[in-house]
Amino acid sequence: MAVGKEIRTKIKSIQSTRKITKAMEMVAASKMRKAQDRMAATRPYAEKMRNVIAHLYQAHPEYKHPYLIERDVKRVGVILITSDRGLCGGLNINLFKKLLVNMKGWRDSGWETDLAVFGSKGNQYFKRIGGRIVAQATHLGDTPGLNDLIGTVKVMLDAYDEGRIDRLYVCYNDFVNTMTQQPILTQLLPIPPAEEKELEHHWDYIYEPESKQVIDGLLMRYVESLVYQGMVENQACEQAARMVAMKSASDNAGTLIDELQLVYNKARQAAITQEISEIVSGAAAV
Amino acid sequence: MAMTMHVDIVSAEAEIFSGTATMVFAPAEMGELGIAPRHTQLLTRLKPGEVRVLDEKGDEQSFYVSGGILEVQPHVVTVLSDTALRAKDIDEAAALQAKEQAEKLLADNQSDIDYAKAQLELAEAVAQLRAIQKIRDKSGR
Repeated sequence: MAVGKEIRTKIKSIQSTRKITKAMEMVAASKMRKAQDRMAATRPYAEKMRNVIAHLYQAHPEYKHPYLIERDVKRVGVILITSDRGLCGGLNINLFKKLLVNMKGWRDSGWETDLAVFGSKGNQYFKRIGGRIVAQATHLGDTPGLNDLIGTVKVMLDAYDEGRIDRLYVCYNDFVNTMTQQPILTQLLPIPPAEEKELEHHWDYIYEPESKQVIDGLLMRYVESLVYQGMVENQACEQAARMVAMKSASDNAGTLIDELQLVYNKARQAAITQEISEIVSGAAAV
Repeated sequence: MAMTMHVDIVSAEAEIFSGTATMVFAPAEMGELGIAPRHTQLLTRLKPGEVRVLDEKGDEQSFYVSGGILEVQPHVVTVLSDTALRAKDIDEAAALQAKEQAEKLLADNQSDIDYAKAQLELAEAVAQLRAIQKIRDKSGR
């Protein structure tokens, strides 16, 4: 029967689209779980690092590191962490929005912004609208290692050391839960002082070989670990957002198919009715 | 009971060890260190090598670290291990590469952002997303 051929092909094509979105949803779900595990694995390091930094604040070392000193701001640096791929809802857009509001605020107070971007989405976006990208890294895969970001972070740290930027932020999506991802912008440098009570007695570490070298190494690792943590969080967010987006796409495909099926059935029934009435009226005429 | 201290060995990508020990040996930059409980506060860099942890039962566990930082408090020892071999020239090369990539990307780009335009575009995208959400809600799911 030739009835509703177009509708049938349409249903077929939507069905195969649904298969794809369904598969993507499941892949994202499993990747999200892995990313969450990695997120949990990075926590102890960051926590221990924070403890050591807090101790360092209390310890009053003879050498004050530039990372700990607030200075006049002329230029700020932002390390922006975005996803490499799309199809993840408004994840990156919300992040850009948050960043742009802040960048605009900085510009109004006369500060320019340098960007270091992870992820091709961020690159594409800032390439299109403009913006000074001083370093970038893309396609780090699903399991980025800390050594994948050392180079890019170092560009920013060098800029800070040489006084080209006076503040460094990191901007990424914070994983609240599967449904909620919060874009956040936090200050990395100068390291905001931990709110610790002043201790009675003042003490200091023994530094080996020298306080400067040790503290340099420590603070560099601290910044890197924070960026790495942001990276892992952002990845969990990406997968969660993609999972939700693909789930709704599959649901939508389902509704579409139902509606089309209804239209198809009606058309088919109308055709049958018409045929019968034609036969009947033909027989009556004989 | 022998005096013990808490030992944590962590790297940025995973927790490696957490437990109590009576003695810790670590490859500090100035030479191998042996740390007993109630050691004074110490902060030092580590060379690539072996960290050995001696527990109450006298069992020794050893872990390889490719460098890092060792923090000692009287009852807590923390090893912040690196996950990658770090050398100044390797870091430098990585930084250079990141810079080059960015320069390549920006070869044909103005560095001035038109904030008004950018925000408008974003607002549009967000509005689109919101509209899709509304349509979905309306269709009763």
